Amino acid sequence: MSDKSHDPNQMTGAAMIVRALIDHGVTDIFGYPGGAVLPIYDEIFQQSQVQHILVRHEQGAGHAAEGYARSTGKPGVALVTSGPGATNMVTPLTDALMDSIPLVCISGQVPTHLIGNDAFQECDTVGITRPCTKHNWLVRDVNDLAKVLHEAFYVATSGRPGPVLVDVPKDVQFATGTYHPPRKSDVHRSYAPRLKGDAAQIRKAVSLLANAKRPVIYSGGGVINSGLEATKLLRELVEVTGFPITSTLMGLGAYPASGKNWLGMLGMHGTYEANMTMHDCDVMLCVGARFDDRITGRVDAFSPGSKKIHIDIDPSSINKNIRVDVPIIGDCGNVLGDILQVFKAEAKKPDIRSWWQQIAQWRARNSLYYKKSNDVILPQHAIQALFEQTRGKDTYITTEVGQHQMWAAQFYGFEEPHRWMTSGGLGTMGYGLPAAVGVQVAHPDSLVIDIAGDASVQMTMQEMSTAVQYELPIKIFILNNQYMGMVRQWQQLLHGNRLSHSYSEALPDFVKLAEAYGAVGLQVHKPADLDGAIKEMISVKRPVLFDCRVAALENCFPMIPSGKAHNEMLLPEQANDEATAKAFAGGKALV
Amino acid sequence: MNQPASAYFIEDRHDPNETHTLAVLVQNEPGVLARVIGLFSGRGYNIESLTVSETEAQKHLSRITIVTTGTPMVIAQIKNQLDRMIPVYQVVDMTQTKRSIERELAMVKVRGQGEHRVEALRLADAFRARVIDATTESFVFEITGNTDKINQFIDLMRPLGLVEVSRTGVAAIGRGPEGM
Ligand SMILES: Cc1ncc(C[n+]2csc(CCOP(=O)(O)OP(=O)(O)O)c2C)c(N)n1
Ligand SMILES: [Mg+2]
Repeated sequence: MSDKSHDPNQMTGAAMIVRALIDHGVTDIFGYPGGAVLPIYDEIFQQSQVQHILVRHEQGAGHAAEGYARSTGKPGVALVTSGPGATNMVTPLTDALMDSIPLVCISGQVPTHLIGNDAFQECDTVGITRPCTKHNWLVRDVNDLAKVLHEAFYVATSGRPGPVLVDVPKDVQFATGTYHPPRKSDVHRSYAPRLKGDAAQIRKAVSLLANAKRPVIYSGGGVINSGLEATKLLRELVEVTGFPITSTLMGLGAYPASGKNWLGMLGMHGTYEANMTMHDCDVMLCVGARFDDRITGRVDAFSPGSKKIHIDIDPSSINKNIRVDVPIIGDCGNVLGDILQVFKAEAKKPDIRSWWQQIAQWRARNSLYYKKSNDVILPQHAIQALFEQTRGKDTYITTEVGQHQMWAAQFYGFEEPHRWMTSGGLGTMGYGLPAAVGVQVAHPDSLVIDIAGDASVQMTMQEMSTAVQYELPIKIFILNNQYMGMVRQWQQLLHGNRLSHSYSEALPDFVKLAEAYGAVGLQVHKPADLDGAIKEMISVKRPVLFDCRVAALENCFPMIPSGKAHNEMLLPEQANDEATAKAFAGGKALV
Repeated sequence: MNQPASAYFIEDRHDPNETHTLAVLVQNEPGVLARVIGLFSGRGYNIESLTVSETEAQKHLSRITIVTTGTPMVIAQIKNQLDRMIPVYQVVDMTQTKRSIERELAMVKVRGQGEHRVEALRLADAFRARVIDATTESFVFEITGNTDKINQFIDLMRPLGLVEVSRTGVAAIGRGPEGM
């Protein structure tokens, strides 16, 4: 008994949590205290290896951890109390699940003997978060805690990454037990993600690629999740094959936007050339993307004439929406490496000159065209100006959700992975500002910009206070169109322009708001003043709210209208009232 | 095509549905059944029958047998979705292997007198159902068999005074010497 008291692995549950964070290389966590996590906060107070960032709302902690994770490739960690602390985490957990972001959330719970009693700030946290985590655990015995924490980190970061939650009752935090460092046996034997692609399938894929006449590579967030090696291999594959490449919203930056084979983003607001290339191709190589409905448009008309190769680490992504010919289950990096090796040994660059000529014709349609004005700032122009001013700088971009997000994806050129943080799958307004906080914590000397909308930014505005407290010089670049622009656009196109509750009534004065937070407020109305104002925003070494007043009624084009195929895109120059009405004509006639 | 005003493509799928029996081997731990059931309700899959019990106590293994219906694409999705859950060891499609035996047990309470009572007993005998409880005006029968046989027996008992039925749901196992 007595020698146990000298055992350095004997400690309280609360101490184990901090110890496990350190053992997993965690240096920063995002959290908010409360009754059920006070023992953990007490431990945090008494050490200096893990920095705790105090947010202003638990949702902010979750998105900050997501931004941290996406910009570093490491897991993000959030710490919240029981009850409302945990329920406030539901949105970021779901967001991270949809976008495959490694997140470890530790939540406090009421003491075990009170569980089920409707105790103060009790909720069924594992029940509520079961469908929005990759896995979750309720730890009832302090001697299970080390194992569960280690497994949690492993599950979050391995295979298809995702959010996990560990619910720790307060008595377990107080109890003393035995800690152990991470070891292999901490993980369920039933969990073994497949990393290596099947060799026969890889051969089939190479033979399709080598004989392609009209190929396309369609890459997604999986390439970025797989790590820098996967990005390198993807770029090499494009080089070796000479194939055109497009990407999903989540995959931007894996292939550089300045690269000569780049077609731009695909999907609902993708470029004409990307969508036409997808539609008319004869061989499609999908790497780490999941044929989501914003990508495919109408599924029965999706790329009808192509043989499809699909590389994904998650077998449940295969044949979910679109039937593919050559599925390859494995890690993108591994599989791309194998494909390259076989291709280089046995195939040569196919001659696809005529395909490129066809693509050049589609490109010439200039689908991202918009008309600049001297009187009012066009939102597309604002993004382009921001891009020009930050080009070559060490910049990270986050976004909120709406038109501004799509314009950012269309007009900001990403050259590297991990530089673009956006809520793709869930489409969470309020993601970008706290995500920027997380990114800036991870990269204190970089330029971190949230491209925001006037409505979205108000959802998590309180995190400005966090940015000010920790001297995080994030830049909130608001494309202020005084509307929930994306909602207004759909109402215009699909609901007879009845703008039901989409006007941003009673907007705050963002400059005064910034000042109230102790940040810097800037406002610009005129195109002529834009560049100067952006320069000023960049040079200020403090958090900035930038109120960029833009054209109110601009629509985001090109767009694949309702129930239409990739080759039925509506281009900006066609988007006059009549053509728009025709393209969107459906059950509800347009006025 | 008359699409409503939505940017989603709203599609009717016309692939025919199939019924499959899946055997799912899981770690027996708190919440594992909730995970499996939550997957079905959350993703809109059907559960026709579900049985669960610990089958290897030392290894903490439970076996869940699920009868589900869906198009071939949906059935494949269900298997993949189950398989990627952390505490799931293995998912076997017992219908696809075509070499499995399925059994269900039911207890059937019938109340009646005179001719009905005699007829119920006679039918029970023909179905190899056993009497496990009896009063002067009632029987409880125990019957095992595949789902069709049990349905048939219950249908026959209905006009004879069927009171209630308790069924275990389907359990399935492969033929031959190999395990799953
Ligand atoms: C939390 C949440 N609620 C509602 C929506 C639906 N929604 C999508 S875009 C949008 C409007 C966004 O407006 P704003 O932030 O001003 O961006 P804009 O489209 O004007 O650029 C809304 C309400 C959402 N995506 N997220
Ligand atoms: Mg707006």
